[in-house]
Amino acid sequence: MEAYKLEMKSISKSFGGVKALNDVSLRVKKGEIHALLGENGAGKSTLMKILSGAYQRDSGEILVDGQPAKINTPKDSKQNGIAVIYQELMLAADLTVAENIFIDDLAAGSVFINWKKLHSDTTRLLVSLGFGNISPTEKCGNLSVAHQQVVEICKNLSRDAKILVLDEPTSVLTFKEIEHLFEILKRLKANGISIIYISHRLEEIFKLCDTITVLKDGCYVDTVDVQDTTRQLLVNKMVGRELKDMFPARNAKIGEVLLRAEDLQAGRMVDHVSFEVHGGEVLGFSGLVGSGRTETMRAIIGVDKLEAGKVTYMGETVKFTHPEQAVKKKLGMLPEDRKVQGLLLEQPIRLNTTLAALSKVSDPTKTIIFHNKEKKLVAENLSRIQTKYNAAEDEVNSLSGGNQQKVVLARWIMADCKCIIFDEPTRGVDVGAKVEIYNVINALAEQGVAVIMISSEMPEIIGMCDRVVVMNKGRVTGELTKNELSEQSLIRLAMEV
Amino acid sequence: MKKEFNIRKFCVNYNVFIIFSVLFIACTLLSESFLLPINLFNIGLQQAAPIFVAIGVMFPIIMGGIDLSVGSVMALASSGVLAVMNKTDIGLGLGLALAVLIGLACGLLNGFLVAYCNMPGFVATLATLTTLKGFAYLITNGNTIKVTGNVLLDLCKRDYGYPTIIITAVVIVLFILMQHYTVFGRLILATGSNRTAVELAGIRVKRYILSAYVISGVMAALAGMWLAARTSTSNAVLGQGAELNAVAACVLGGTSLSGGRGSALKTFVGALCLAMIGNIMNLMGVGAYIQNIVQGIIIVFAVLMYGI
Repeated sequence: MEAYKLEMKSISKSFGGVKALNDVSLRVKKGEIHALLGENGAGKSTLMKILSGAYQRDSGEILVDGQPAKINTPKDSKQNGIAVIYQELMLAADLTVAENIFIDDLAAGSVFINWKKLHSDTTRLLVSLGFGNISPTEKCGNLSVAHQQVVEICKNLSRDAKILVLDEPTSVLTFKEIEHLFEILKRLKANGISIIYISHRLEEIFKLCDTITVLKDGCYVDTVDVQDTTRQLLVNKMVGRELKDMFPARNAKIGEVLLRAEDLQAGRMVDHVSFEVHGGEVLGFSGLVGSGRTETMRAIIGVDKLEAGKVTYMGETVKFTHPEQAVKKKLGMLPEDRKVQGLLLEQPIRLNTTLAALSKVSDPTKTIIFHNKEKKLVAENLSRIQTKYNAAEDEVNSLSGGNQQKVVLARWIMADCKCIIFDEPTRGVDVGAKVEIYNVINALAEQGVAVIMISSEMPEIIGMCDRVVVMNKGRVTGELTKNELSEQSLIRLAMEV
Repeated sequence: MKKEFNIRKFCVNYNVFIIFSVLFIACTLLSESFLLPINLFNIGLQQAAPIFVAIGVMFPIIMGGIDLSVGSVMALASSGVLAVMNKTDIGLGLGLALAVLIGLACGLLNGFLVAYCNMPGFVATLATLTTLKGFAYLITNGNTIKVTGNVLLDLCKRDYGYPTIIITAVVIVLFILMQHYTVFGRLILATGSNRTAVELAGIRVKRYILSAYVISGVMAALAGMWLAARTSTSNAVLGQGAELNAVAACVLGGTSLSGGRGSALKTFVGALCLAMIGNIMNLMGVGAYIQNIVQGIIIVFAVLMYGI
């Protein structure tokens, strides 16, 4: 029998009656890169949070080097040589590289800091990863994200981490930087460090990993060697359903042009963008993160300044300088980061739902709010899109990601929008809620609403859109009709290869 | 398990009322004079000003900001009005209107700096604190201004049914209604909670930020008048330090210093708690220095209760 560096056996965890993990197991060998694969909401992060001691498991066992390990707090986890590197890096921007790496014990047990030793230790660590070019005295805030990641890795190595968990490390990196990261990881692997690698990007997993464990809806599905599987097999295991079930059919009549943008320019990210969207149509916006999709929409609704170009909306030329004007004309936008830009987290669900439609629950002069009318309308609108919540007076923060997103959705449905811009509508939402959100979008299109959907998830773009505009570096690089849609064609336009 | 959770929630939500009740009972037991009508009326007269300032300052705090200039606004408004009263014979009504105007101007200045020049409230109002106090010194020439006659005293006279107390009560009720039932109150809270989200929902948030500081300025100006009325005098140091007392009342009332939470009713009760602490110690003959110490300790414990 082969010895495993880390074994997580039959781990279960519930949150308030909802099973997030059900009898999940994970075994990682010494010196391997083990991919943890699954959709959003599959339980990957919950499992890793249990490993890092951030959550306590309800049942199950964790073994390190074959010995039962008591991991109940982040400190326990650290002592067992486990380090988790999250997407949001935990570095102090104003401290230097050396200070960040040895932040736990800057003086190495003494009272005063030996800067010379500190810097030479740092350099040694950096050189061992092939990053001798990073200066130990540089402030971390001045480094690129990729280099910050290197510092984070060094920080954990300095603490003798033997098991390294990386949570979607490449989502913020450029292609070049990804290559570099992979080299580091392979070097670490050669040094006998076990790596758990979480990513949605299948191509990366095939390039980098040795073994893959697939989770789905909080359950363990399978563990396979990379050589023994294919992309298609993995997708089937992950989704466990056909794509056509994911994307319900839509029966919408595509009508007149509702919004037309010509030659828009705004800042550095919007460069001569033109497109049009019809009533009843779902128009996708595809492209890499930072391709200017969000910026285009922000300029149209008046959040950012539209420097040049012409927007025609419902037959008239408009130039919105504040979202107020857009909302008045029934043009709304669901922002991409619902926690930062969408929701008032500590406020009740009711207040969040009616925010863009207060005129519907107040007297004609928009002065007094009628609470009973508001409660009734909120309940109606939320239940129509199957939002699960306890009481409308609860903080919106108490809801799951999917239901939070539905609250934002309900806000714009209540505002009677004729055209809605969805920016990453299903980000961080579990599979079931995704389908429900697609149903809502379909229903809107069937009512004749023009839907613009910005999404970085290609299956979603392909499954949902009638037509897709692809952007790269602020310019429109192509437009694809439903028949022309494929991952290949989208990537080609998004990267202009 | 579930029940325990609810008790906790209850304690956090109604913390200030619990503290109020405990203090009230303690005060009643500690001194026989506490419940005498004359004492209660005195509390009312004395506290009208701090209550006004506290409710006013609560609004910038809801916005995630603060208004440090309230003390100076109190001095400027009262000194200004008293100076005019000495030269002309404007009556009480016009005098109060003038105070409101001065408060409005100060609030507009603060609000403009914060909302439209993107200055942090702390910095903007720290600057106006000094500037406005300078104006107050210019008006008073560094002396105390006294109004002869009974014009101002009418505000605190029993024969007229204690106008100060009545106005204060009415204003508190109006603010509670405003927060609960109006779109304006709703959007003030919403803007303080998440400005970006509210803006994207099609609301001009800057107007609401400006309004918050205007409310604070006007309330402070009126508070200055309540204070000046009790002695018919004013000077440039009137209201000095009032902002600290106001922030204490807000915090006791559960107003979140990071914004998005605050209720006029609870802030009012918070201010009453501070008033009772001061009053009972006066009745018991505790010295002013000790009073400061006790007051600070009670605030710390009250706020700790939110964290339990």
